Amino acid sequence: MGRLQSIFEACAARGERVLVPYITAGDPDLAATAALLPALAAGGADIIEIGVPFSDPLMDGPTIQRASHRALAAGTTPHGVMATVAQARAGLGCGLIYMVPFNLVWRYGLERFAVDCAQSGVDGVLITDLPPEEADDWQAAADAHGVETIYLLAPTSSPERIRLAAARATGFIYLISRRGVTGVQSSVPTELADLVAGIRAQTAVPIAVGFGIATAQQVAQVCAVADGAVVGSALVDRLAAAADSDARVAAAETMIRELKAGTIIS
Amino acid sequence: MAETQPSRAATGAVAARPDQLGHFGVFGGRWVPETMMATLDQLASEYAAVRDDPAFRAELDGYLRDYVGRPTPIYLAERLTAAAGGARIWLKREDLCHTGAHKINNALGQILLAKRVGKSRIIAETGAGQHGVATATAAALFGMPCVIYMGALDTQRQALNVARMRLLGAEVRAVDAGSRTLKDAINEAFRDWITNVEDTHYIFGTAAGPHPFPMIVRDFQRVIGDEARAQFLERNGRLPDAVVACVGGGSNAIGMFCPFEGDVPGVRLYGVEAAGHGIETGLHAAPLSVGSPGVLHGALSYLLDDEAGQVTEAHSISAGLDYPGVGPEHSFYRDAGIAQYVAITDQEALDATQQLARSEGIIPALESAHAVAYALKLAAEMGEGDILVNLSGRGDKDMGILVDALGLQKD
Repeated sequence: MGRLQSIFEACAARGERVLVPYITAGDPDLAATAALLPALAAGGADIIEIGVPFSDPLMDGPTIQRASHRALAAGTTPHGVMATVAQARAGLGCGLIYMVPFNLVWRYGLERFAVDCAQSGVDGVLITDLPPEEADDWQAAADAHGVETIYLLAPTSSPERIRLAAARATGFIYLISRRGVTGVQSSVPTELADLVAGIRAQTAVPIAVGFGIATAQQVAQVCAVADGAVVGSALVDRLAAAADSDARVAAAETMIRELKAGTIIS
Repeated sequence: MAETQPSRAATGAVAARPDQLGHFGVFGGRWVPETMMATLDQLASEYAAVRDDPAFRAELDGYLRDYVGRPTPIYLAERLTAAAGGARIWLKREDLCHTGAHKINNALGQILLAKRVGKSRIIAETGAGQHGVATATAAALFGMPCVIYMGALDTQRQALNVARMRLLGAEVRAVDAGSRTLKDAINEAFRDWITNVEDTHYIFGTAAGPHPFPMIVRDFQRVIGDEARAQFLERNGRLPDAVVACVGGGSNAIGMFCPFEGDVPGVRLYGVEAAGHGIETGLHAAPLSVGSPGVLHGALSYLLDDEAGQVTEAHSISAGLDYPGVGPEHSFYRDAGIAQYVAITDQEALDATQQLARSEGIIPALESAHAVAYALKLAAEMGEGDILVNLSGRGDKDMGILVDALGLQKD
């Protein structure tokens, strides 16, 4: 079993689900990221999802678009992110994954990216625009170096596509909760339970749900049916509103502690 | 001299490309978030159902004839030819299409497709505004609500087209993200589509993007090359020696080229990218000339990006060519040697605009002026023979830029 799956199992054994906070690396700079990672872990993050900023974030709503813009304006590069994460890793007990568009991985070099993930202690990679059909080369590199690959599924994914992703997923499956782009929403879709059940029927790989999840209450709703919840835009918004670096770190830890409470199921 | 053989393309070589997953050789494909996959699958199967349906074809052909004004003529530009001092220059007059450019061919094809599958709302992106105008026109014709995404910079450069779209009843949304040009408008249109896919069809304007868009746009634009090839043969009893078209995303060029694919190398195909201020300045829009393969907007194709993989801003005086990517079939054509890709600067395009205006009384779109500029060079180089240029659009929309660039308001 891979490290990410063992995190899901350990949480389940404690009567919890997995909380996956997302931050954009380099927002507003990499020093902030280095300070935020331990704060998120201290607050109770089980897996931290680190977005590598891209010039053309097709899947993202305004919040994460702006975060990407701030990070790029600060000169953030994939190599810079990798170095920052490698340095922060030793002090972190939680899991780490990247969320990254294919073009950045492609320019980095698929093999090199997998090697550097393994050496920096990054457990898994979610390539946002890499469907299973195009994933052979990446998956070969990732598998060779023990890096897990996370695939997206959506409410619109057909049973055939669910099978395709389930057959390949090695870390967990990231289920997008709704149509549309990333961003805070006021409610969790009612059909979520059915969506999760549809995927469960195909695979034993854990299922985390993301997109639009902002509050501990929503985390709890998601955790009633899935193995974990991803919180992105709401956290990024909260961090962006902080007055200074200390306030940002404090806000991160506080918010994760609140959200983590929503993952307790027993 | 080129031989008068039937086009191989017409007998199926092009029909076999792309493969099931949208690949043109190694290029193309579907590099998109999972949220879009079902939509693209649905579009591909809907398109497959109408592609060879004679009733669909007949309906589209009717609109192309009665509404667009097809077939557009080919025209021997004698005074331009004399000025160039070499090969004869022929113009395929897409500038005479209703709405002023070739974009209407694809917009009508796709809106008929949307209507067939019961979509009630239309969205599109636009760079120069020609595709936006064409889409707004088609939406007006079929009484469908329409939203056009346009980079904020382009809404300024092409203010007249913004007004035209509004007059046609479309909502124009200026996109203030990134470079505020075409690529950002495409990002925003995709975000809308991902969110509203149930009732919305996205009329993609160029032969780029994820499968099946490059194929659909090519198929709806190949009427240009099919007509031009037949017209030239009928007039001359032979094929031209060279075919020239400008390339931004590449829709007019792929439509022009694909019927001639089987005639290569007897017919040489030249795609003309925008060299902007000059390739050496880095301020250009020429991914096929100096870019490298990468993934933007759902396809693997030549791309302008930096060493980290961040997409770089393109530069061209022509908003329609101002795009850092290019359609995947052009990348395939480039690497397979089927077409050659060259680049023309802003200044050369402006010079060609003036030359065509004064020698023939035809004001080309700045995009198309890139093709004319290269044809002028090529004509002199060839000395004799025939060059067929796709004059993809007319220059009315560019008058604001031309007034400034050419000092037309001075007494």
